[in-house]
Amino acid sequence: MTKVIPRNVFVRVWGALLALLFLTWGLAQLDLGPWNAVAALTIAFLKMLLVLLYFMHVRYSTGLTWIFAAAGFIWLLIMVDFTLSDYFTRAMVPGNAGRSWEHGVWPPR
Amino acid sequence: MAEARPFLEEQFVEMPQQREASILGMWTFLSTEILFFGAMFMAYITYRNIYPQAFAEASKHTIVLYGTINTAILLTSSLTMVLAVHAARENRLNWVVRHLVFTILLACAFLVFKGLEYREDLNEQLWPGPHFKAGLPPQAQIFWFLYWTMTGLHALHVTVGIGLLSVMGWMAHRRRFSSQYYNPVDVSALYWHFVDIVWIFLYPLLYLINRSS
Repeated sequence: MTKVIPRNVFVRVWGALLALLFLTWGLAQLDLGPWNAVAALTIAFLKMLLVLLYFMHVRYSTGLTWIFAAAGFIWLLIMVDFTLSDYFTRAMVPGNAGRSWEHGVWPPR
Repeated sequence: MAEARPFLEEQFVEMPQQREASILGMWTFLSTEILFFGAMFMAYITYRNIYPQAFAEASKHTIVLYGTINTAILLTSSLTMVLAVHAARENRLNWVVRHLVFTILLACAFLVFKGLEYREDLNEQLWPGPHFKAGLPPQAQIFWFLYWTMTGLHALHVTVGIGLLSVMGWMAHRRRFSSQYYNPVDVSALYWHFVDIVWIFLYPLLYLINRSS
């Protein structure tokens, strides 16, 4: 926590963030089908990790800080997981097959 | 004791404990912010899966140039923010003020570009409702509803950040911090980086996916 991080670490992280920005912008110009979304979100995730670990000093923080920082993201994952497991399984419920999404079938036909 | 360490509040034993308490408090607040924005990302994920074609059509009307410039601006403002914290740690309060001013100017530039972008969006009639742009599928309005809500609330957070960092700059100017005590700058920086992270995800979701399909 009291460890002093050299200033040029932050400048290098910023350089990496801008490089990732131009990479994700460049990849968006190509038609990669479903991989466009995968590439864009993977790069966004990497950028988030850089900001969290270095700019927000989490990498150099105590274990208790790691837990507090992770808690919000874990609860977010629970929300996404429960919501999607509802939507993605609606078509499996007996009696739902063949009805439109508005009647609760996933995915829409 | 109090004279020796004037920045130590009486409920704490030592400075590192006080510092960690404020950092944990800020992360607790940021957890609520993660879930606040998370609910909107959840809505986006759900409706993008239900209406993939409408979302693909709708997202082609966002202006990538503004989105990309604003991403670069926010990433750079995160650098100047962390350098302000770094300067505080090294007790160089003049540089704390300078880096905070850079950060505030970059935040203002972000809002200016966002405003220009909003004006073009409105000229293109991309505001959901009875006068929504003709030729787009009706569900495209859901994308644009999410666009205005998410970027609007993000811009509100940027505006709050400008206020917060202005107070920090004033306090640093008045020599209210030292290398022993700069918790307010530290936790304000956590807030500012969080606002940056929200934008890091808004940028691909609103501007990039389906751009060339």
